[in-house]
Order: sequence, then structure tokens, then C-alpha cells
Amino acid sequence: MIPAAFDYVRASSLNEALDLLAKHGDDAKILAGGHSLIPAMKLRLSQPKVVIDISRIADLHSVNQQNGKIAIGALTTHYEIESSDLLKRACPLLPEVAGSIGDVQVRNKGTVGGSCVHADPAGDWPAAMLALDAEFEIAGPNGSRTVAANDFFVDILTSAVEPGEILKFIHVPATANTAAYVKFAQKASGFAIAGVAAVVDKTKKEVAVAVTGVAAKAYRASGTESSLRGVEPTADSIATAAEKAADGIDPLSDIHASADFRAHLARVQAKRALWAAVSRG
Amino acid sequence: MNISVKISVNGVLHEAEVEPRLLLAHFLRETCGLTGTHVGCETSVCGACTVLVDGQAVKSCTMFAVQADGTEVTTVEGLASNGEMHPVQEGFWECHGLQCGYCTPGMMMTAVQLLERNEAPSRDDIRHALDGNLCRCTGYTHIIDAVEYAAKKGRA
Ligand SMILES: Cc1cc2nc3c(=O)[nH]c(=O)nc-3n(C[C@H](O)[C@H](O)[C@H](O)COP(=O)(O)OP(=O)(O)OC[C@H]3O[C@@H](n4cnc5c(N)ncnc54)[C@H](O)[C@@H]3O)c2cc1C
Ligand code: FES
Ligand code: FES
Repeated sequence: MIPAAFDYVRASSLNEALDLLAKHGDDAKILAGGHSLIPAMKLRLSQPKVVIDISRIADLHSVNQQNGKIAIGALTTHYEIESSDLLKRACPLLPEVAGSIGDVQVRNKGTVGGSCVHADPAGDWPAAMLALDAEFEIAGPNGSRTVAANDFFVDILTSAVEPGEILKFIHVPATANTAAYVKFAQKASGFAIAGVAAVVDKTKKEVAVAVTGVAAKAYRASGTESSLRGVEPTADSIATAAEKAADGIDPLSDIHASADFRAHLARVQAKRALWAAVSRG
Repeated sequence: MNISVKISVNGVLHEAEVEPRLLLAHFLRETCGLTGTHVGCETSVCGACTVLVDGQAVKSCTMFAVQADGTEVTTVEGLASNGEMHPVQEGFWECHGLQCGYCTPGMMMTAVQLLERNEAPSRDDIRHALDGNLCRCTGYTHIIDAVEYAAKKGRA
């Protein structure tokens, strides 16, 4: 379990990291928390020639609220989100999701940005970011661009971050406490076999429901959402809506769960997440 | 290309030229000769290799030594002071929190982290905090007793 040899450079600023990426091209990999990259390097699934450590770029390590918007630096760790008083108040869905990831050691090292860029189909963050309509601010050689969550998670292990680019910030709106994340976890790792994030707006009678672990990429359960649009969220209306949580989806199948079981779990977890969210308000 | 690192381990500064791919676990065991940190699964799952880096519990098999440059690392060897056991060590001793002992250093380091963040954890808090540490011998009950003992002792 020893990775292939590589050269290591620690970037002290975002610009330095971008320059290093431009210089080394496809040979280089960004290292944040390392909790997806290092296991892959130990299995030699990933063999970068140059590893660019961005973990000490202080600007990307922060949670700030301005007006109704919260900016989360890409390097903020799962634990920092789990324990952030600001987020517990202004967007409690995020600490809830963070606390469900892996174990305490993983949460101490792993970063929200690394997790989103990695776009593991069983990762927890994609569900939360989709349900919150997060926006991803990405830096590249020609400046910054912003990508909506719906366009950010492209495919299995593929996000919208292109080679040569670095995710800087994730922007989410301040959100009421009528939100919840429930997960049927793979017991050994904690990764989602089916994880559902639900955000309920009781005044507007609107819900956002996002599912991870079930398909090649996390998705918004649009059938479930439209079924509850303008409707009082009761046990009955939620149960009917949740039945649509895997409609039009091609579920994954592996040693942990068959495609049918995953679709079933998506429906059950959607119901539980919606009910938990509604009950909090 | 080798990189020079300065890492303080249990208060002693270690300077070395290391290959970037050297894992922190191997740096501690082989470069520093501190074999209390165990390597179990090598796949980031078992937690036997847990140490504190700047006070944070991490799996040292999932971190390169170069990432720890300039940090303060605490291993199980750093828990006792002046020949007196740390409350967590005393808890494992008093409550029979180990059998073969393979998981024990990692368990204790994670327990130390828990008690720093929560000085009066419930048994459920303890179970949840030890999620990332596997034990194949004890069935966990005595480990939870041990951490509970340490929490009480720490508050005494
Ligand atoms: C035992 C274990 C259990 C886990 N359980 C869970 C779980 O239950 N749920 C879950 O969601 N995750 C889980 N994870 C994954 C964990 O959350 C990782 O931390 C996360 O997926 C990756 O974040 P990182 O900061 O460690 O990224 P790294 O491993 O450093 O990087 C991952 C990838 O993203 C790239 N990258 C990182 N940051 C940036 C950036 N800012 N800009 C551009 N590219 C970047 C890297 O080049 C690399 O390709 C687990 C991991 C382990 C080891
Ligand atoms: S040896 Fe590091 S987690 Fe098992
Ligand atoms: S005491 Fe043997 S593995 Fe825990």
C-alpha cells in the first residue's frame, strides 16, 4: 500500500497553486484533505507525478455570512462545518450532513471542496448542495467562474472543475431549519447507499429533494418536488410524493445493493427526509 | 525529490529528509522509532494508526509525512507524563479495555480527542466518537467503560 513516487509542492496562495497546475498540466493533482486522493494513490489507481498541496491556503479555509448568503471556503473540513455555530444557526442542514460523514478522523481531514470536486456517487455533500441550490466559484487561469449545483455534478467521479482549475468557494443561501438529511449508509465506511437531503419551504409550499448514492451522480427528485408544489406537506402527501423519488433514474448496482433495492431506498429515505424536515418547523 | 521536514513528536523535534510518499504512520514508526502507532488495515478504515496532529485525531496511514511538516504530533507514547498514566490509559487499565492491544493506541488517541471536545460524553457519544476505530477482540463494551472512567477521572 505504498503510492508510486511523486514530487510534492506546497502552494502558499491560490495564484501559486494555479501557476503550478498550469506548469505541470495532466501530471499534477491537487491535494486538499487527501481522504479520497491518498487511498486512490495507495491502490495506485491514481499516480500523479506532482502533488500540489493546497491545504494551507488560509483564504480558502473559512465560513462567512454576508446578507442572506454564506460563503464556505473549499478547504473547510467536514468537522469545521459540523461544529460551526454560524452554520448551525444559518444553515443547519450542512452541519447535519457533515456529522454523518465517515468517522471523526475522516471529518477532521476531509474537506467539503475536495468532496464535491471528487464527485463520488456515494458522497454526502452532493445531495446537500443540490437541495440548497449551491453555487460553486471556480478559479482558473483566466479568472473565476460560477457554476450552479445542477451543472456542477457532471457524472460518476466528474465535476465541472476542469484540469487547471481550483474550486474556491461554495455559496449557499441561509436556510430555515425545516431541512433534513437521512442516509442508509454503507456500514464500514459511512458512504451513502441512499442519502436524501430535503429542504421544505412551508410558506411557499415548495420542497427541494436531492438524492445521492443511488445513481451515477446525485440528482434532484423532480417528480417528488412537483408532486408537493403548492400542496400542504402532510404524511399522506409526502408518502405519495416520495414514491416518485427514483422515477426516470438508472440506479447503480453493486455488492452493497441491487438497482431495485437502491430505488426502493431512495423512495423510503425521501419520505423520511421530508417528514423529518417538516417536523422541525 | 526528497523533502526536508520538521515535525515535533510528543514535544521532541524530528528533522528528516523524506520521500514525499512516506506515510506519517511509517515516519513515526521507522524514522522516529515510535512503534506504539499501529498499522492495521492500511486502507483508512480501522483507526489503529490514529494520532493527533495539531490536536486533531487523524489516521496516520492516510496522511503523508510531508503534510505534517511544521505540526505537533502526539502519539500514544506521548500520553503519560512523569511516569503517570493519562486518565484514558488508566481507564483502559482499570476497566480491562483491551485484549490483544492492537487497536488500543488508536482507540486511546481517538478517546483523548473526544474528551477534549466533550468532557462529559454519554455512552452513545462515546460509541459514535469511536466509529472509526475497529476492535476485533473486546466487543467494545469495556472500551466504552474505559472512556467513561477517563471522563469521570478527568473531571474529578
Ligand atoms: C474511511 C473513509 C470514510 C469516508 N466516508 C465518507 C462518507 O461517509 N461520506 C462522504 O461523503 N465521504 C466519505 N469519505 C470521503 C471523504 O469525505 C473525503 O474527504 C472527500 O471525499 C474528499 O475530500 P478531501 O479534501 O479529502 O479531498 P482530496 O482527497 O484531497 O481530493 C479529492 C479530489 O479532488 C481534487 N481536489 C480537492 N480539492 C480541490 C479543489 N479545491 N479544487 C480542485 N480540485 C480539488 C483532488 O485533486 C482529488 O482529485 C470517506 C473517506 C474515508 C477515507
Ligand atoms: S491502518 Fe490506518 S486506518 Fe487502518
Ligand atoms: S484489543 Fe484486540 S483488536 Fe482491540
